[in-house]
Amino acid sequence: MSEIPTWEPSRLIRRPILRYGVFSLVVLYVATTLFTMEIDWPRVLTGFSRAGDILARMFPPSFSRWELLAKGVLESVQMALAASFFGMLLAIPLGLCAAVNIAPKPVYLVARAILALSRTFHEVIIAIFFVKIFGFGPLAGVLTLIVASMSFIGKMLAEDVENMNMGQVEAVRATGASFPRLLIYAITPQMLPRYLGVSIYRLDANIRHSTVVGIVGAGGIGQTLAASFSRYDYDFSLAILLTIISLVFLGEFFSNWVRGQLR
Amino acid sequence: MSMRAEEDHPDVWRRYNPRQTLINYAWYVGIVFVAVWSVSKLDIPWFYFLDAHVQAADLFVRMYPPDWAHLGRITDPLIETIHIATLGTAVTFVIAFPIAFLAARNTSPNVATWFVGRFILVTSRSVNTVVWGLIFVAMFGPGPVAGIWAVAARSIGFVGKLIAESIEEIDEGTVAAIEATGASRLQVLLVGVVPQVLPVVFGTIVYRWDINIRESTVLGFVGAGGIGIQLYASINQFAWQQVSVMLIAVLGVVLVSEFVSAVVRKHIT
Amino acid sequence: MLTITDLVKVYPTGTKALNGVNLTISEPQVVAVIGSSGAGKSTLIRCVNRLVEPTSGKIMLDDMDITALNRRGLRAARRRMGMIFQEYNLVERLTVMENVLSGRLGYVGFWQAYRRRYPPEDVRAAFEILDRVELSGYQNTRADALSGGQRQRVGIARALMQKPDLLLVDEPTASLDPRTGRQIMRLICELAHERGTPALVNIHDVQLARTFSDRVIGLSDGKIAFDGPPGELSEKVLTMIYGEEDWSTTIRDAEDKSGKPKDDNGISHEAAIG
Repeated sequence: MSEIPTWEPSRLIRRPILRYGVFSLVVLYVATTLFTMEIDWPRVLTGFSRAGDILARMFPPSFSRWELLAKGVLESVQMALAASFFGMLLAIPLGLCAAVNIAPKPVYLVARAILALSRTFHEVIIAIFFVKIFGFGPLAGVLTLIVASMSFIGKMLAEDVENMNMGQVEAVRATGASFPRLLIYAITPQMLPRYLGVSIYRLDANIRHSTVVGIVGAGGIGQTLAASFSRYDYDFSLAILLTIISLVFLGEFFSNWVRGQLR
Repeated sequence: MSMRAEEDHPDVWRRYNPRQTLINYAWYVGIVFVAVWSVSKLDIPWFYFLDAHVQAADLFVRMYPPDWAHLGRITDPLIETIHIATLGTAVTFVIAFPIAFLAARNTSPNVATWFVGRFILVTSRSVNTVVWGLIFVAMFGPGPVAGIWAVAARSIGFVGKLIAESIEEIDEGTVAAIEATGASRLQVLLVGVVPQVLPVVFGTIVYRWDINIRESTVLGFVGAGGIGIQLYASINQFAWQQVSVMLIAVLGVVLVSEFVSAVVRKHIT
Repeated sequence: MLTITDLVKVYPTGTKALNGVNLTISEPQVVAVIGSSGAGKSTLIRCVNRLVEPTSGKIMLDDMDITALNRRGLRAARRRMGMIFQEYNLVERLTVMENVLSGRLGYVGFWQAYRRRYPPEDVRAAFEILDRVELSGYQNTRADALSGGQRQRVGIARALMQKPDLLLVDEPTASLDPRTGRQIMRLICELAHERGTPALVNIHDVQLARTFSDRVIGLSDGKIAFDGPPGELSEKVLTMIYGEEDWSTTIRDAEDKSGKPKDDNGISHEAAIG
C-alpha cells in the first residue's frame, strides 16, 4: 500500500556527496598545510620530551620572589580598574555617536569607523603602538585597555540605543524636552542596566587582558611573566601562571556577583 | 459629578530615601576613589602626554605612503597566520568536544570527572593565547606548531564551555526515550545528545575560528609563527612604511574572516 | 484655538498620508478623529506637535505658527500640547512620579531634571493629578509594574502636568480591554471638560467616538470626509468614511450603550454616573 518509511539519521549536511566532499577537503587541507608550512619537524619532535623537561622544572612553583609577583599583579589590577573606568566613560559618547537613530550621518560613520578599527586590531598590536609613543610601562598598557574597553562597551551601547523603545523617547520628546534631558530621562533608564552589566564584564575581561599587554612591554604581570620565560625561570613562571589563573577566577567571580546584585 | 474635597497634597517628593541616597553616593565616591587610586599608583609620566600628539602625528607621517612592494614578502606569513588559526581551531574541536561532555553536569560520569572537566576549561580560558604561545614556544621552539597549540589551548576553554552549556540545556525527553530502549551510555550520547548540540558546536567553532584569526596575527610577537614575526621585526627596525602595509593586510584578513564566519553561521543556524 | 490649513504629508516612501486637511477647533471640545487604518489619523495628530514633519500646509495654535518654528520654538510649543499614546509610552524603568513629573521636563534645568528635584508647586500638582486619576499611593511604583489601564492613567497624568492648551490623544484605548478602554476614554473626556482643554482624539472604535466625543471628524484617504456632531454619524456617513459594510448594528449598539441622549456639556449621563 504505502511506501516503507526509511529512516535517515539527521546530518548537518544532508547531501552525501557534499558531506563526503567537505570531509575529504578537510583531510586534504590538513595534509597539505602541514607539509607546506615551514615546520622544523626534528625540533617539534624533541618538543614532547622538552615539554616533560619544562614541566619538571616548573614544579614546584617558586613563590620566593613574591614581592616581584605581588607588584606585577597589583599593577595589572590597577591597569584593569583604571582602564575600565575611563573606558566606561569614553564609551558613552562613542556609543551614542555610533547609534544610527540618534546621531547625524557623518558623526555616525566616523564613530562606526573608530569602532571597527579598534576592534579589528588585537590589543597587543595597539599596545605596541602605545609603547612606541609613550615608552615602556603601564601607561601604554592602560591606554591599550582603555581603547579596547571603549570600543567594546561602545559597540554594545550603540546596538542597545538602536534597539531601544522609541515610543518612550517620542513621549518625552512630546513634552518639549531638549536632547540632553531626553538623554537622562528617556534613554538612560533604558540603557543603564545593560551598560553597567557590560562594563562589569569588561572589568573582568580587562583583568585577563592586562596579563598579556605586558609581553610587549606595556606593564603589568605579563611583563614579569615574559621576563621569567626568557630567563628560563620556569618555576617562577608557573607561580605567575597560577597567580594569573586565580586572579582571573576571582575577577570572574566578582563580576558575576556584582551583575547578580544589579538584577 | 462631585468635586473632590480639597486635600492637602505634599509638595516634596524624593526619588530615594536618605538611606538609598547615601548608598548611591557611597557607590559614586567608591568608584571614583578606586579609579583615582589606580591611576595614581601607576606612576604615569604625565609629561609624556605633552608631546604625545606630536609623536603620534610623526608616526603617521612616517607610515605614509605604505611600502606596497612589501606586500609580496608578507603573503606567505599571512597564509601561515590563517593556517595557524584554522589548524588550531581544528585541534580545539577534537579536544574540546569530549571535555565538554565531562564538564556538563548531565553527561559527566561523576562529580570527580565533572570537576576535572571544569578545571581544564577554566585553566584554558584564564590564560591568554599569547601567554600560551610563550609556553609552547619554550616547548616546541619558535614556529607555527607552537602557534597552533597556543590557539588550541586557549580555544578549548571557550568552545568547551559553550558546548557544555548547550549540553546542559538539551531536551531530556529525547535522551530518556533512547535510554528506555536499553542503549549503552555511549550510544545514548551519540544518538541522543550529539545531534542536539551539533549546530551549536559548529556555530561556536566557526565563531572561535574568526576570533583565532585575530589572535594569530600577534602570536608572532612571542615567536609562535604568522605575520606577527614580520610585524614585530618591522616595528623594531622602525620600518614604518612596511608596518602600515602589514596593518592594512591584517585589517583585510580580519574583516574577510569576520564576514565568512558570519555567513557560515547564518547557514548553520 | 487650533487651525489647520491645507495640511499635506508625503512620506519618503511616497505614501501620501495627508492630502489637504483643513480643520478648526475654536472651543474646548473633544474632537474624535475616526477613519480606517492608514487614513492618516496618526499622521494628523503627530503633525500638530511635529513629531512628524508636515510636507506643506499651516498649523496655528492660537496665534503661533507651529510649522514655522525653529527647534527651540518647537520645544516651547510642545510644552503647551499634552500627548497621550496608544502604547502609553511611559519610561518603563522609572517610577510613576518620575513619569508624571516628566511633563515638566521642559521647565526645569538639566541638573534639576537629573536629580529629579522639581519645584514644590510641580510636585503638589503631580500628587493632585495622581489623586484625580485614582493612582494615589502609586508614586513610587515602577511603571513596568502597572497594569495597562494604570499605565494609561499615568500617561494622562503626564500630559496634564504640562497644563496643556491642547491634548493630542492617539488611540488611547486600542491596547486596553473594552471595559478599561471605556473608563480611560471617559476619564480623558471628563478631564478635558474640567480643564477647558480641547482634545484631538484618534480613535478607531466608532461606538466610543459616538459615546464620548462632542464632535467627530472622519478621515478618508488623507482628507476630511465628515465633520459634525456624533449624532449625525449615519450609516451613509460611515460608508463614506470606511467603505461598504452593514453599519446598522454599530449605530444601534452605540445608542443602546449610551442609554440616554447627551446633555449640554457633551458628557453622556452614563459617564457622569460612572
